[in-house]
Amino acid sequence: MKVAIIGLGSVGRGVAEMIAKKDLGIRVTGLADSKSGCIDPAGIDLFRVLEKKKKSGCCGDKNISALDVIRKAPYDALIDVTPTNAMTGEPGLGYVMQAIKKKKHIVTSNKGPIALAYKELRALAEKNGVALRYEATVGGAIPIFHTLGHGLAGNEILAVFGVLNGTCNYILTRMADEGLTYEQALLEAREMGYAEADPSYDVEGIDAAIKLVILANTIWGNGVKLDDVDRTGINLLTPDAMRLAEEEDCTVRLIAEAIPKKGFLRVAPRIIEKSNPLVVDGTLNAITIETDMAKEITLIGRGAGSIETASAILGDLLFIRDRYVERS
Amino acid sequence: MKLEMKDSPGQLVAALKPMSDVGGNIIAVIHQRDPDATDDTLNVQIVLELPEGRLDDLVTMLKKQGVHIQRIGEERLLYQRTVILIGHLMHTDLSDTVDRIDSTGFAEVSELSMSMPAVTERSSSRLTIKSVTKDDMEDAVAILRTVAKEKDLLLIEPLEEIL
Ligand SMILES: NC(=O)c1ccc[n+]([C@@H]2O[C@H](COP(=O)([O-])OP(=O)(O)OC[C@H]3O[C@@H](n4cnc5c(N)ncnc54)[C@H](OP(=O)(O)O)[C@@H]3O)[C@@H](O)[C@H]2O)c1
Repeated sequence: MKVAIIGLGSVGRGVAEMIAKKDLGIRVTGLADSKSGCIDPAGIDLFRVLEKKKKSGCCGDKNISALDVIRKAPYDALIDVTPTNAMTGEPGLGYVMQAIKKKKHIVTSNKGPIALAYKELRALAEKNGVALRYEATVGGAIPIFHTLGHGLAGNEILAVFGVLNGTCNYILTRMADEGLTYEQALLEAREMGYAEADPSYDVEGIDAAIKLVILANTIWGNGVKLDDVDRTGINLLTPDAMRLAEEEDCTVRLIAEAIPKKGFLRVAPRIIEKSNPLVVDGTLNAITIETDMAKEITLIGRGAGSIETASAILGDLLFIRDRYVERS
Repeated sequence: MKLEMKDSPGQLVAALKPMSDVGGNIIAVIHQRDPDATDDTLNVQIVLELPEGRLDDLVTMLKKQGVHIQRIGEERLLYQRTVILIGHLMHTDLSDTVDRIDSTGFAEVSELSMSMPAVTERSSSRLTIKSVTKDDMEDAVAILRTVAKEKDLLLIEPLEEIL
């Protein structure tokens, strides 16, 4: 199978490395970052390109753009690993639309396009007979959409709730374990590289809300948007509140929750019993699915990381290869 | 719950014992002989608070005692939920906040723990709310949500094992 990768940051590099190291029958014929691109129908030498990117900051020829790669490279599936923009979905949205119209399968870790335009993209993909897969957008390495779509096929999904943001979970774990203030824990998260310079996207619950929107749209096709999510962040939590929860054998975690029957679509800090499987430590993610037949299922795993996220992307790629494309 | 038992000495005591064994708190025992009753059974109505999840145990134990349960009014179960409020709780009249629940008549704040940081800082408190039915509890928490919004307080609700 031939693929084109757009974006060569943390996730893009992880994907390229794993494709290069593992013998998966995947050939990369196109590659682009924000400033350059390269196309080679015979297969790009990934180790060389990764080295070049490391040294010069560019992966290819400055005269070749990402759009050129999407339009001209010969590939079966496009891997979109460009930055998430929750307001516009760009640049990923435009790239993905272009590729679908060219009847290419899509694998993306970019939450923007899926959260903003799921219905349109799904319809467009169906019209063009291609797959649209985005396992890496929610829960990092956790195979949540494979579980929902295949393992739990035939179940009615009643509710989905969980810990979808590793940065917040790290901060709350540290507040609970060490009695740190929110500010102290945030500072520590920054030093560890878990929080951005501007942490608002994480700590205000926006990232978790976007993931919740993707889950809800996938499961129920209900067309909910980011604005529909009732959202409360963790930035106003106090060490006292953590202690008050602790006294009851509970703790506080940022929980994203969708229960259509109760009209719930919300992200908020919640009191949760320590024995609940959703109480995971550090940057881990955890998701509970409640269904009519299987009842509760909880998946726990790494919610981010270069190779961890590549795991989800490769899972999608190989699914597409087996389902749609012959080995090449 | 409404129990039916043989009208013989010791029967009532035999029925009450399992209730305390499961940690129940008996609020009222009403027994009257049905004037139309032709047999020697006694109808007893018992109002009790039970810890959540112990009802099944109690029913099994009562059956073993030969007590026949006519009806279990679920509404007699007591629901309990603990929430945390963070903010300027004193400036925003905590007793009014509590009263908004207590004045409903169907729910009450049964416990309140509070942290007292410096006056200018936000304080945190833990409230335990009790109600007679689950719906009442939902309504009580909804009231608290409104109050929290009004007074700019952060309300942390528990994640219940749902559905
Ligand atoms: N990091 C994780 O653990 C993780 C986990 C799950 C999902 N995700 C999602 O995966 C995506 C990628 O994440 P990341 O951490 O790899 O981000 P990143 O390190 O910032 O990398 C983004 C890459 O996209 C390229 N890019 C930016 N604008 C572009 C444009 N207009 N056209 C073509 N390429 C462009 C950048 O090019 P330059 O190299 O030239 O700057 C860079 O190579 C994001 O949407 C993120 O939300 C990440």
